Amino acid sequence: MCTTCGCGDPAGTRYTALRHDHSHDHSHGHHHPHDRGAGARTVPLEERVLARNDQLAAANRRLLAERGVHAVNLMSSPGSGKTTLLERTIRELGDSVPVAVVEGDQETLLDAERIRATGRPVVQINTGEGCHLDAAMLERGLRELDLAPRSLVFVENVGNLVCPALFDLGESTRVVVMSVTEGEDKPLKYPHMFRTADLVLLNKIDLLPHVEFDVARCAQQIRRINPGADVLHVSATRGAGLPEWCAWLRKRAITIYCEPEI
Amino acid sequence: MHELAITQSVVDTILERTENARVTAVHLVIGKVSGVVPDAVRFCFELVAAGSPVEGARLDIEEPAGRARCRACAAEFACDGLVVLCPCGSAEIDVLGGDELLIRSVEVE
Repeated sequence: MCTTCGCGDPAGTRYTALRHDHSHDHSHGHHHPHDRGAGARTVPLEERVLARNDQLAAANRRLLAERGVHAVNLMSSPGSGKTTLLERTIRELGDSVPVAVVEGDQETLLDAERIRATGRPVVQINTGEGCHLDAAMLERGLRELDLAPRSLVFVENVGNLVCPALFDLGESTRVVVMSVTEGEDKPLKYPHMFRTADLVLLNKIDLLPHVEFDVARCAQQIRRINPGADVLHVSATRGAGLPEWCAWLRKRAITIYCEPEI
Repeated sequence: MHELAITQSVVDTILERTENARVTAVHLVIGKVSGVVPDAVRFCFELVAAGSPVEGARLDIEEPAGRARCRACAAEFACDGLVVLCPCGSAEIDVLGGDELLIRSVEVE
């Protein structure tokens, strides 16, 4: 578990905006004095464990809504092709909408460098031992980006189908990317992740002739977990399905802009 | 996995709410469909609590079962996970309970 996936202390998180030449440390920010009370008693707390994350996520959501920014949280297992998809999506969208990217990885600036090559603003969040992005990290990441009004910001979460599912970032759209090389049972194996997706993007569709992957069965598994999710097929390397994906994003953005409560 | 971050949140919240009093027991509620593994939290708790006023506290975890309601036929039924079908065949369900992730109470000295 923790020793395997390395989920850890937020003090290890690093933020790097590739437009700038500096990075920021993240300190814990408070200390714990050891005052001791007298006499045993039960203190009812009734506090949700994720309450603080959810409050920060709500603040992110308000900030994004004020600027009319559509934030898309992209989640998947490692190697499903999220970064390649982003590179191609940015090219496909062209100048139709300003795009910025928040990249989440445990280590390296490799993905952010690939996005920077597209000319779009990007900030890399290195979570160190952490296995997911949380709302506080996104808040820091968004501060590094000068978000244009009515723009589109992609948040590429840490590649992991388990942990990111539990942490609301304040995004308005959740997209799960899975690829045909992963096996069609992923939705049943990772139901928390698929249950909250607005869209499941089935990537590497060009490899279908070479792998054992039942598209119809996969769609059935997704419907069992999340009957309301849309499903699109794409090939980020060959370009198939990208116009439909971009059209889905535009339609989704219109829906969000027309509903101020989102 | 995420249980270490979750457990860190638990301990941070307790320290804030109890103003650093010595904590002897912690009562959590981790529902069966919350996506959090109680045994993993137990494993992380000792690690996260070390050196704080929560160190050595007894950890009690209540694990309420999942409850769901079908959107199609309105039937309510028990579930142990999110991969559930209503007896009527519909997959469109709302989770009514068992997704809790709460700090119910603590005992302090």
